[in-house]
This record gives sequence, C-alpha cells and structure tokens, in this order.
Amino acid sequence: MGRLEVIYREAGQFKATYASDQAIFPIVQDRVVVVAIAVVAFVVPPLVAGEYWLQAILIPFLIYTLAAIGLNLLTGYAGQLSLGTGGFMAVGAYSAFKLTTAFPQLSIVVVFLLSGLVAAVIGLGFGIPSLRIKGFYLAVATLAAQFFLIWLFNKVAWFTNYASSGTITAPHRTLLGVTVTGPNASAAARYVMALAFVAVFALVAKNLVRGRIGRSWMAIRDRDIAAEIIGVRPLRTKLLAFGISSFYCGVAGAELVFLYLGSAETLAFDINQSFLVLFMVIIGGLGSILGSWLGAAFILMLPILLTNLPHAVGLTMSVALQKQIELMVFGGLILFFLIVEPHGLARLWQIGKEKLRLWPFPH
Amino acid sequence: MSRAEAGGPLLEVEGVSVRFGALIALNRVSLGVAREEVVAIIGPNGAGKTTLLNAISGFYHPYEGRIAFAGRDRTHLRPPDVAALGIARTFQNVALFRGMSVLDNIMTGRLLKMRGSFLLEALYWGPARRQELEHRAAVERIIDFLEIQGIRKTPAGRLPYGLQKRVELARALAAEPTLLLLDEPMAGMNVEEKEDMCRFILDVNQEFGTTIVLIEHDMGVVMDISDRVVVLDYGRKIADAPPAEIRSDRAVLDAYLGVAHES
Repeated sequence: MGRLEVIYREAGQFKATYASDQAIFPIVQDRVVVVAIAVVAFVVPPLVAGEYWLQAILIPFLIYTLAAIGLNLLTGYAGQLSLGTGGFMAVGAYSAFKLTTAFPQLSIVVVFLLSGLVAAVIGLGFGIPSLRIKGFYLAVATLAAQFFLIWLFNKVAWFTNYASSGTITAPHRTLLGVTVTGPNASAAARYVMALAFVAVFALVAKNLVRGRIGRSWMAIRDRDIAAEIIGVRPLRTKLLAFGISSFYCGVAGAELVFLYLGSAETLAFDINQSFLVLFMVIIGGLGSILGSWLGAAFILMLPILLTNLPHAVGLTMSVALQKQIELMVFGGLILFFLIVEPHGLARLWQIGKEKLRLWPFPH
Repeated sequence: MSRAEAGGPLLEVEGVSVRFGALIALNRVSLGVAREEVVAIIGPNGAGKTTLLNAISGFYHPYEGRIAFAGRDRTHLRPPDVAALGIARTFQNVALFRGMSVLDNIMTGRLLKMRGSFLLEALYWGPARRQELEHRAAVERIIDFLEIQGIRKTPAGRLPYGLQKRVELARALAAEPTLLLLDEPMAGMNVEEKEDMCRFILDVNQEFGTTIVLIEHDMGVVMDISDRVVVLDYGRKIADAPPAEIRSDRAVLDAYLGVAHES
C-alpha cells in the first residue's frame, strides 16, 4: 500500500460490488487526494493566506464556481443554453437582501437557501419557453430574463428598500458566534462560509448527475426524441434543470453580495456576468462538475496572473499598455484552449490521468 | 401474463390514416399483433413503414382510425405515456445518447422502473442508492445477454455502428417491454453482425416472451425470423400472411418488381 499512495496505479484494486464501481472516485488515490484537498482547503487558507488572497482571489473563485456548477447543470448536462445567469444571480442577491431586512432573526444560512429557492421559482418560469424553442433561440429567450430582471430591480424601489443610491448592502450577521457578513466580517470567515456552500452543493450536483435525474437530463440533451420514447417527459425534465440551475445561481448571487462585494447595485449582475459564467462552463468543460471548478479558476485567476507576470519577471511597461496586452493574451488563450481541446479543461485533466496510469510507458 | 388470459391481440391498429398536408403517408391500415408474435413489416421505400411505427409509439397521431394496446385505446397518447404502457423501440438511424457511456444509456432505459425522490437522490443515500444498485444489476444482466461487457464504460458515440445498434437494443430491452418495435435493426450490418442480431431478436422473443414488430429490408432475415409478414405499399397494406405465402403473393411481387404490362 505504501507504494500505491505515491504512484498513480490502480492495479490490484478490483471492484467486487456495483457500489464500489459507481462511487464518485472509484480509484483509491483519487479519494485520498480529494479528501486531503478538502481538509487543506478548510484549514490552511484561513490561517495562512493574506487578506488579498482571500478577498481578491479565493472568495470570488468559490462563488463563481457555485454559479458555474449551476449553469453547467442546465447547459452542460441538460443541453439548454442560457444567458440569464446574471439575472438569476440578481434574484438571489435581492431576495437575500429583502429576507435579511424583513426577518432579521433568520439565520444567514437559511436566508441563502431561501434566496436560492426564490431564484429557482423565477428560473422555472423563464424555463417554460424551452419546451418549444431550442439552442440559440432559447439563449435569446433567456436573454429576455436577464434584461427583464435587471430592469425590474432598477425600476421597483421596493427591492432596495427605497434606498436613494439604489444599492443593496449586506447587513451584519453572525453564524455560530462568528461574524460572517457585513463590514466587520473577516475574509477568513467569509471564505469558510463560501467554501462550505460550494463543497456541499458540488457534492449534491455530482449525486444528481450520476443518478436518474442526471441521466434524463443528458438523454434530453443528446437525443430528445429517443428520450421521450423511453419515458422522459421533456417539459418536466427541462424545468427541473432550470429550477435547480437557478437555485445554484441564486445562492451564488446572494453570496456575491453578502460574502464578497458587501454592497452592490444591478450593474454587478449585468449581461457580462452571464457571459463570464458561460465562458467558465465552456472552458472548464460542458457536462463536468470538476470542469466548473477548473473553468472558474481559469477565467478568474488568469487575468490576475497576467497582471502580475510582467512585474514578476522584471518587465516595466505603462499600465494602459499592460491592460491591453492582458486582454489580448487572455482572449488568445481562450481561443487556444478551445481549439486544442474543445471539451475543456476537464477533458485535458482526464487525458492527463489516463496518460499517468500508463506512465512511464507510452502505450 | 400467460397466453390464455391474454385473450385478444396485444396490439390492434384499425383503419389508421396519417397525413402530412396533402400527402397521405398511411391510408386506412389495419393490423393485429398477437402476444409473443414476431411480425415483420416490409415494403418499398416510402411505403409508410416508419410512419406506422411512429404512429404506434405516439410521435404521430392518426387523423382517423384507432390504435389499441392490450385491449385499451391509446390512439392519442404522447410517447412517454406509450413507454409507460410497455412499448419500447429502436430507431432507423441509431438514436443513442452519444455523450453518455453504454452503461448510462442502458440505465436510462430503466427510467420508468425507477422511483424518484429528489432529496434522497441529491444525497445519494438510502433507498435512492439501493435503487441505483438494483437497477445496475438488472442492466448488467442485459449487458451479459447481449454480450457487450467490454464496452460498458465507452461513450456510445465512439462505438462502431454494429455495436451501436446492439446497445440501442439493450436500451430498449432495459425497459422490459411487452412490445418491442425495431426499425431496421440490421440496416448497414455485415452478414456476421446480422446473424448475431437475428439470434438476439429470437432469444428476446423466446426467453422473455416479448412481442416484436420489426421493419426489415433483408428478405432472408424476414423470412427466417418472422411468424407473419405485413407488406405496405404507398401507405396501404397489400398483404398480411406467413412468410411462405408472401413469397408467392402476386400483389407483393408487383409492388417490388413492378407490374408487367400485358400485351
């Protein structure tokens, strides 16, 4: 066993039951590594990482991963293209704001979950056209959701409690005696909170997609006619995908304001958010939960890396020039990845693993 | 259900017409299929064979006539409801879920046998997990039966054509149907693959007592495996008889070879 943990070998690991064959990580080394990563993620960054790392990199990464998993369930698994992500995130954020001000006693965890539910209901409504329209046309229909929802939150002052600035602000809330939202919340507390949510919901998403529900989503995605004759009901299946996806996006939207930005207006949820999350899903890998993590990391961290790289290698250039180069390199890298591996980073990871199983032999 | 208590035919198609605008694809076609029978539908291209299958499985709704299954009228049901009655089918151009593994494809075939409980499934816990494993075992029996053990985890889209056809049959069988509709199960196969497929179809019929309606162009296959042959031409039924009689049927020969002009 000592060797097994060091070298990526599954020789000798025989699956004697269907249960072990259907586990999320059937290979021992994978299980060990994932558990280790989870433990380290909960313990190390809050103790070690500075304010900048937590606030500027890790917290948004976790929040956008949650949104990307949500969109991936809808677009990657159920095959329904959506550009309404920003709108559904806004529903979550504004619901959380209204709930915390209306019911100050409510636990912040409950507030996040309820906000997700509100977003799910709204998502269900905007999912109804998906029975009749598909592909790009559906994307345009969800675009309507995006614009309508943002317009609504701008127009109706009730959503912001008639604040003259039109912004919503995260109030002070504690969980188990620790301040987790509001101006006094430490980055470490907000980080742990965001991590706990995304860890639980990533597991839930994985459970859904490996079971009955995920199979009916993928069946609708791959061949809707064949799915119907097997007994998949298209409307019910697509609406379920819209509902669950919007729940994830709603929770992510609430977190974006409560755990990251602190306060926000509708601009924080404009169409760019929808595209940003869609890029994460495409780059990470459609139809992959792992891909949602990788895609969010790639899209969020690459610009930061590009910003700091010239300085790190000793190049000096004007800020404006650097910003332009950053955008060009970023766009170029996205194109490069899509051409080299259209199935995203998750597929690259899978290929890497398959190679590693044979290493050091080429075949 | 045994033959004795079954009584009337399993599937009754009575005077069914299907039209697309001015085109009459099916013209008052009647057809009865007894339990545990293997019926082949043949006919030239455009005769309405696939249209008939689509009408039975609920994709098209006839504008006249009725379709009854197990004695009950089901003319206007939608495909998922037809599936719930115990009718499964395969498609002429393989309609597998290409992005899913062979195992997931066949597991999807058992969808109607599975009970949904969202929360338990989200947690993959207790009954939801047990159910998943039970159905996995059932699927493995079908995998053994069709001899596709080696490709369980392969994405369906990566398989060669002959195997895709077999996986599609496996997916249909996973639903444990009473009536199995096969649309050209042997199209594009070589002789060896055809022989395998014939054997599987006959085995399904004999071991599980599944009633089978198939469309096929290969006359050798049709004559070999079917109890009865129905011939369609221009949307009409022109013959309905055991294979031996079809061979010498005048109308069938005319439809296939053209009518001789008498001089």
